[in-house]
Amino acid sequence: MIQLKNIHRYFQVGEQTVHALNDITLTINKGEYVSVMGPSGSGKSTLLNVIALLDKPSSGSYLLNNLNVIQRSDDELAKVRRENLGFVFQFFHLIPRLSAAENVEMPMILAGVAVKERKQRVADALASVNLQDRSSHRPDQLSGGQLQRVAIARAMIMRPEILLADEPTGNLDSKSGIEIIELLENLNQQGVTLVIITHDQTLGDRAPRQIRIVDGQIAY
Amino acid sequence: MLFKDTLAQAFGAISAQRLRAALIILAMAIGVASVIVLTTLGESARSYIVNEFEALGTHLVIVLPGRNETTGGHPPLFGETPRDLTLDDAEALFRSHHIAAVAPLTIGSAPVSTQGLERETNIFGSTYALRRVRHLMMAQGSFLPKMDVNKALSVCVIGQTIREQLFADQPALGQWLRINDRRFLVIGVLASEGQSIGVDFDEMVIIPVASAQALFDTHSLFRILIEAKSKQSMYQAVDEITGIIKARHEGEDDITIITQDSVVSTFDKILTALTLTVVSIAGISLVVAGVLVMNVMLVSVTQRTAEVGLLKALGATQRQLHWLFLTEAAMLSLAGALLGIALGLVCITILTTLYPDFPVQLPVWALLAALAVSLFTGLLFGVLPARKAAKLNPVVALGKR
Ligand SMILES: Nc1ncnc2c1ncn2[C@@H]1O[C@H](COP(=O)(O)OP(=O)(O)OP(=O)(O)O)[C@@H](O)[C@H]1O
Ligand SMILES: [Mg+2]
Repeated sequence: MIQLKNIHRYFQVGEQTVHALNDITLTINKGEYVSVMGPSGSGKSTLLNVIALLDKPSSGSYLLNNLNVIQRSDDELAKVRRENLGFVFQFFHLIPRLSAAENVEMPMILAGVAVKERKQRVADALASVNLQDRSSHRPDQLSGGQLQRVAIARAMIMRPEILLADEPTGNLDSKSGIEIIELLENLNQQGVTLVIITHDQTLGDRAPRQIRIVDGQIAY
Repeated sequence: MLFKDTLAQAFGAISAQRLRAALIILAMAIGVASVIVLTTLGESARSYIVNEFEALGTHLVIVLPGRNETTGGHPPLFGETPRDLTLDDAEALFRSHHIAAVAPLTIGSAPVSTQGLERETNIFGSTYALRRVRHLMMAQGSFLPKMDVNKALSVCVIGQTIREQLFADQPALGQWLRINDRRFLVIGVLASEGQSIGVDFDEMVIIPVASAQALFDTHSLFRILIEAKSKQSMYQAVDEITGIIKARHEGEDDITIITQDSVVSTFDKILTALTLTVVSIAGISLVVAGVLVMNVMLVSVTQRTAEVGLLKALGATQRQLHWLFLTEAAMLSLAGALLGIALGLVCITILTTLYPDFPVQLPVWALLAALAVSLFTGLLFGVLPARKAAKLNPVVALGKR
């Protein structure tokens, strides 16, 4: 469960202060499916980064599964992130020199999971995104949709409770976009909390709960 | 993160950029190889010279007439000549319990001739004890006989060069050799010593000390060579020699005593310092290699900003990133060091084949030191890039593609 209360995030750019998040109070329950929409520069990515513990809010409180995650060390946050949060990016962010399987394996390597278990879980994860026959391909040998499916397999490999996606279909044609969304929704149906940022109204409308952000504030 | 995964990931990152890795490894290897080769040369030169000195004789003490003040004190006043060392002085030294052998020495140059062949050479006047003190080996015949030092027997022992030049086609033993206007019976020929520091005994004619004093019309000794009974008793021997001579010279401390020990250790020190200097200069190339490692690692971190950001997003701790990049630097340095050692060994092998006479030896400590130093520089210069990677802000890092 994600509980944000009076979150502010300022960015100092030269003389100017950008108020990217302006008093955000938001609770997302376990198993929810939430889409976040809003104009460019409104603060959607900033909000998601705060939720993902990649960015620290300037002020406000954040409880993740009733754990206060404000004012923790970077390394503690890394651990919380590793165990509770999965991440899917607009630009896939796969490591180019590693094969699909090795990319998916990476979070488990960081977590120190034993080799034998890793191989099994990677195979399962790739199968669940229909890429079992692409496991040894490197990113430059895969299509956009396949790359994003590898990224989803990687995001879910540690079996996190929460999956955050920042414009996961932003770089895909509409057909592969739909496939990716269906894949994510499928995970949600299995109980994973899903938060998706999107510019696409039709995709956003599929979520039972829709949040609109304008100028760093929740419009509705 | 498992240790072997850290290794595997670092290795993967290295092999993704082969040219870069090859350049670093080469730079490191050249540094390590030069350190190894120079240390080897320095060490070999040092042990060569120290061995040569030790071959001069063990527990050797040399007594010279005249005070050779090296630490403070006034130089002797003008016109003051030190008392000569005499044969009686040498004999008196037998009173010391710490002395095993005493060889008085008179030296001079004179023409030697036989059957129309003549040359100028060095004449040593000494006793049978010289053989023991200087570890001389005989090729033929015998050395000077054991006898009263004051007896001027007309016998001589000659070196190999003298034998070849004066007795080319005939046995030298039993022949007469003319020195100045006196005749000496050749009773022995020295074995050749090969290369030796100091006196060349191959060019030498040795006659009894009393004969030499008569030949050169002198009563003084050039020096007295003494063998102490053991290394430990050397210093007591030195004290007693000082005391005995002082008593005989009316309380004047007018001799200089050199222990072979002090000569060797002085050379040892000088050559060690020289080796260290040369090696430090070579060490600079290692530092240069270290800077190169740092540079390339920094570029690597910058190029892989997005990857580092991603790893952070996937739950990598600062510690893990730190170790990943340090391991990378360490692997590159280690590979460089190993290649450098191989290169160094090849150079040394080439040197030994070119100069088989020079005793080349690679000290193990130099190998280990080169290995340790290269690893250390690699790690030291790897710390900065690793820290940079670990401290990257994941959001900003991910923003870069
Ligand atoms: N690191 C930063 N430094 C300075 N300003 C920033 C930084 N990150 C975001 N901002 C600013 O904060 C505001 C919100 O940015 P954010 O990326 O959250 O927008 P967004 O809603 O995700 O936009 P888009 O739909 O284009 O991705 C913008 O005005 C942006 O310029
Ligand atoms: Mg955004």
